[in-house]
Amino acid sequence: MKKPWLSYPYILWMTIFIIVPLVLVLYYSLTVKVDGTVVFSLDNFAKVMQPIYLKVLWRSVVLAVASTVICLVLGYPVAMILSGRDLSRKNTLVMLFVIPMWMNFLLRTYAWMTLLDRKGVINLLLGSIGLPQANILYTDWAVILGMVYNFLPFMVLPIFSVLSKIDRSLIEAAEDLGSNSFKVFIRIIFPLSLPGVVSGITMVFMPAVTTFIISKLLGGSQYTLIGNLIEDQFMRVYDWNFGSALSIIMMLMILASMALMSRYDKEEAGGGLI
Amino acid sequence: MENSSKRVLSILTVLILLAVTLTGCTGNEGGAAGKTVTINVFNWGDYIGESTIRDFEDKYPGIKVNYENFSTNEDMYVKIKTGGSAYDVAIPSDYMIKRMLDEGLLNKIDMNNIPNYKFIDQRFKNLSFDPGNEYSVPYMWGTVGILYNKTMVDDTIDSWEVLWDKKYSKQILMPDSERDSIGVTLKMLGYSMNTKNVAELEAARDKLIEQKPLVLAYVVDEVKDMMIGESAAMAVVWSGDAYYCMSENENLEYVIPKEGTNYWFDSMIIPSTSKHQKEAELFIDFMCDPEVAFANADYIGYATPHSEAMKLLDPELTSDRNAYPLMEDLVNCEIFEYPGDEVNKQYNRIWTEVKAD
Repeated sequence: MKKPWLSYPYILWMTIFIIVPLVLVLYYSLTVKVDGTVVFSLDNFAKVMQPIYLKVLWRSVVLAVASTVICLVLGYPVAMILSGRDLSRKNTLVMLFVIPMWMNFLLRTYAWMTLLDRKGVINLLLGSIGLPQANILYTDWAVILGMVYNFLPFMVLPIFSVLSKIDRSLIEAAEDLGSNSFKVFIRIIFPLSLPGVVSGITMVFMPAVTTFIISKLLGGSQYTLIGNLIEDQFMRVYDWNFGSALSIIMMLMILASMALMSRYDKEEAGGGLI
Repeated sequence: MENSSKRVLSILTVLILLAVTLTGCTGNEGGAAGKTVTINVFNWGDYIGESTIRDFEDKYPGIKVNYENFSTNEDMYVKIKTGGSAYDVAIPSDYMIKRMLDEGLLNKIDMNNIPNYKFIDQRFKNLSFDPGNEYSVPYMWGTVGILYNKTMVDDTIDSWEVLWDKKYSKQILMPDSERDSIGVTLKMLGYSMNTKNVAELEAARDKLIEQKPLVLAYVVDEVKDMMIGESAAMAVVWSGDAYYCMSENENLEYVIPKEGTNYWFDSMIIPSTSKHQKEAELFIDFMCDPEVAFANADYIGYATPHSEAMKLLDPELTSDRNAYPLMEDLVNCEIFEYPGDEVNKQYNRIWTEVKAD
């Protein structure tokens, strides 16, 4: 059954597009240029530890966690509704949820700029019914809104797919044994949906913590996140060494959060009912 | 089985025929019109006439233009420096031209191939960043100032200090461009825009961080829509953008603050990565054609260094001393200089720290 040659293109692909870039990033992060010669140095990492950059890291994590939590709170009920039994409506609803994702991510974010602007559609509507204006464009609320809006499907879809696969007989059994619907949810549905929740959290948190375009457009370049800092090092400052060190730190953060999530996932789901 | 293999065979035949005829087409086309050359032109956003590129391609059918935008000098520099794509013409500003020249990133331009160069006004030749007029051909020039909305501001605006006035909290737009934002702050503090003194730069940084809560956003090209749409009361802008906005919204007014400002020159250069020197020179010459230069300046609103184009422009504009300042109006003003790599790193650091705070 083993056909090792089948994996060669994949190995080649991985080497060119994953291993080599990673090695390059690592190389840049551990070196500095002194008078035209490249020398080994940990300066770049020391620089990341400066309070001003730690502040940026902290801000990125806070905004990403906030938007992940909001996505979960909004997304779980949506996923439950979508996975409900009414089949004819279900497909249409899922479709409606997925359609906005066909549009380019940048366009959708630009659209929010027009909506949220001081003279934008939302404020015009508010003004026309005599309500006070909402000036949220270029605040961190706008950044969180942008993240939640853009990444919500990544939370809903994994939870939805896990929920739709739950064996109905388990729920029926619990009901037969006298559980009310709240108890069924707490003891059966929620634990069974945890793998979906975990992958949803990872899929929202990762792009949220690394984004640079949402904070640039909706935050008016005022809320520098780690993604903006990295973009700046590569695109404006031309300090690839520091940019690479920042990237490595970010990758470590993501790895750590994934490790944490997967452990949680195993304990709960593995030790539980599955 | 028999049937399906026949079908596959016929599909294959069709595909092959298509491929052959299509490649045949392009081959013929190339043969008839001579080899088509594509030149890569790298310019600021919103910085060229509406039909300029098309007119050029019509005039030289053998040359196609691949036109790309950047939003700050620094962005442009990194893209050319890293050599991802081979640009043939780029339009950076004074200090960046000097930096690129020092680093060997520029090709010499053969001025014999730019006959229209004679139309460039004497004032714009022999500038400090290109004393021998060998590497650059002036494109536009202008100043940095404050564009404000008369209906939203009731003070007389004549100083950079208004940008720190708490009254205008969340009404101020600053450029997301390090030299410009740091530069106006240095001017307000009474320092040179080209300072190499780290203490002065750090004073500017502290001022900018102090200003941050008052700033609505740091923007570059978006500033025009926002000022025209009256989303903010004032903005630090380049003169041409200001005149474009003023033509769209009559409540807007542009001033050059009394502390002085930066006046700048954007010039066309040929990066050393260029593979089409001849075509690049044709393009530069085309841009200096009086008609083209006029249409260009008329559309984008910046001041042209082209003497013939200036004559064709609306005299009301060219006699406006905010739009076309005379040298005596620019006493406190400075041209940006490249401060050298070490000091440049300090500028980078200061701006990163302002943005990160």
